[in-house]
Amino acid sequence: MKDTERCVGCQSCMFACSRRQNAPGLAKSCIGVRSAGGMEHGFVVVVCRSCIDPPCAKICPVDALTPREGGGVRLDSDACISCGKCREYCTVGAVFWDDETNSPMICNYCGYCAGYCPHGVLQHERKEVTADA
Amino acid sequence: MLKNDMFAQVLYIDVSRKTYWLETRKDLFEKYLGGAGVAAQLLLEECPEGCGPLAPENPIIFAVGPLTGLFPLASKTVAMFKSPLTGNLGESHCGGRSAVAIRMAGFGAIVIKGASRMPVYLSITGERVLFKDASALWGMESCFTVGRVLRERESGAGLRTIMRIGRAGENLVSYASVTTETYRHFGRLGLGAVFGSKKLKAVVISGKRSLPVTDKKAYRKLYEDIYKAAVSSDTMKKYHDLGTAENVLPLNEMGGLPTKNLSQTRFDGAATISGEHFAEHYLGRRLACSHCPVGCIHIAALREPYEDEAYFYKTSMICYDYEPIYAIGAMLGISDPKGFLKLMDRIEALGVDVMSTGVVLAWATEAFGKGLISAADTDGISLLWGDHQSYIQAVERIAEQPNDFYKSLALGVAHAAARYGGENFALSFGGNEMPGYHTGPAAHIGCLIGARHSHLDNGGYSFDQKVVLKKAVTPEETARALLDDEYWRQVLSSLVVCFFARGLYLKETIINALSLTGYNLSPENLGDIGKTIHQEKYRFKFREGFSLDNMLIPERIFETPSPAGNLDKKFLQDTIGCAKQEILKG
Repeated sequence: MKDTERCVGCQSCMFACSRRQNAPGLAKSCIGVRSAGGMEHGFVVVVCRSCIDPPCAKICPVDALTPREGGGVRLDSDACISCGKCREYCTVGAVFWDDETNSPMICNYCGYCAGYCPHGVLQHERKEVTADA
Repeated sequence: MLKNDMFAQVLYIDVSRKTYWLETRKDLFEKYLGGAGVAAQLLLEECPEGCGPLAPENPIIFAVGPLTGLFPLASKTVAMFKSPLTGNLGESHCGGRSAVAIRMAGFGAIVIKGASRMPVYLSITGERVLFKDASALWGMESCFTVGRVLRERESGAGLRTIMRIGRAGENLVSYASVTTETYRHFGRLGLGAVFGSKKLKAVVISGKRSLPVTDKKAYRKLYEDIYKAAVSSDTMKKYHDLGTAENVLPLNEMGGLPTKNLSQTRFDGAATISGEHFAEHYLGRRLACSHCPVGCIHIAALREPYEDEAYFYKTSMICYDYEPIYAIGAMLGISDPKGFLKLMDRIEALGVDVMSTGVVLAWATEAFGKGLISAADTDGISLLWGDHQSYIQAVERIAEQPNDFYKSLALGVAHAAARYGGENFALSFGGNEMPGYHTGPAAHIGCLIGARHSHLDNGGYSFDQKVVLKKAVTPEETARALLDDEYWRQVLSSLVVCFFARGLYLKETIINALSLTGYNLSPENLGDIGKTIHQEKYRFKFREGFSLDNMLIPERIFETPSPAGNLDKKFLQDTIGCAKQEILKG
């Protein structure tokens, strides 16, 4: 997240995320833009911040979510029992829910959304992370 | 259209009986695309002939397009209803999150019928409709607060639209608006009053879903092309940078900015209410409608001290655009940008159309100056050019209507002038208050013959500047240009493509985009659809008593020279005559 103050709320990133998954529309978006209590206050952009020590993985009762090297998590859809605990436990609310399949949607850090941010809110970059970072 | 698309689904809601049902209307969506085309058919079906605009039988119709949610800038919702202002076809377009929310909830259109005995609001989540008590919201001081309450009470943040009315709608002001997302409106023609007549305070709609396309690879490619064009074109940049307010100074310079009830066309205070001035001193934020990367919505931050306590401030975020600047800036002689913003803020809080309000107050100011009305009528308010405080008091009274004079103002400028005189300077066209262009004959003719008497029906103002100012044109040529433009705009407004993006959505792009949603159309088909929809709108208009004969044209437009010189009444009448022949020919 580079600068949410520049967000105009167009939601192009949300449509991009769904489109990237070959599902035009909004159902599959792993990024969410909503007003910060009315558009006069600007916007909140919610997206996985690829935690080094991800709470969602810690709470998953069936180990369907496993931490990735460098931050974030991977979802094993076959293992997932759709209990929704990851969604509840994510501090920033970045585990989105797929109502069409009743399962969590986890950002895979592809950066496609940033390519469709017209006003410099999102930027995709990779950082070297060390174990104690 | 595609079999697995929910788009042909129409949600019918009866607020009298608190029931709802769904019908699949492929017949309409296949023939008329969506938006204005489908809404016109639903209006013809649902609105009984001769129905009173405020009667329970007058339906409210919302329709979106097949490209909504799939491609950028197909983000408008078209509302249709019988207008309390003109007593005829009411059509109003609104962005915000409305169109995407309706499409994502699973509908191509929504029809709201009947009237509730008690104030209600509708909560539409996916295919479920809840009728909720709005008694506590009714009579609420500000439309902003209504939005705030519903935002916290309802689910679907980021995926929803919150349509609501203010006190002007509750009190049936003929040009009350419906506000969405704080800053966007179903303006003009009084949809807010139709909501009010149904005791319908608000409609909240949300949903999310995946939409089918025929070829996902081709879809992504075409998306990329349209998106790139939208973020790189100069036209779209203009809307993002200064916004429509950019037009204030050029129109003023050419002598086309209606000022002080069109007694002038240049305003000596234009500089301080220009897009440039607002951007430099007040611009606080820019916003976009859902699925539009442009972000043309300009919000000013107004910081005001409280008078009763030092170091105590309030900062209000207030929307501005060219039309409001024309209507309550130049038309009312207001050059103080803070005065303009304060008046704008009050208009938003009450939920009344800013353009009509400005024109109504401009007429009232002139009538007051000429002695046609007195302080006894105005409740002691002296209406004087530039005095924003008096206008704030007057607009409050338009919403509350404490006496006969304000009751007349609440019915529109044509009604007020019919009662108090001054018809020659009551700037009403087909019953709708004029927009901000005295650019030449075509702007006014466009409003007279346009199906909803709006400057956006056809680009008459643009034809004046690009053609009339440069060469002599005949009435036939003018009528043809305006009608052709209006036919094409039926296609755009049926796809609910924002008119600002008309340069991006050319025929070929539209045909390619539509083919991905299962419509196989040729350029000729598309042109024919536009013309048919125009005829269908006129079918409704004629059914409800509209006539192109002996149209009332305010004398004022002939008295005040335009950039194209003094307007020739015969030219206007001849052009309307040509348009009439063409329209009747079908």
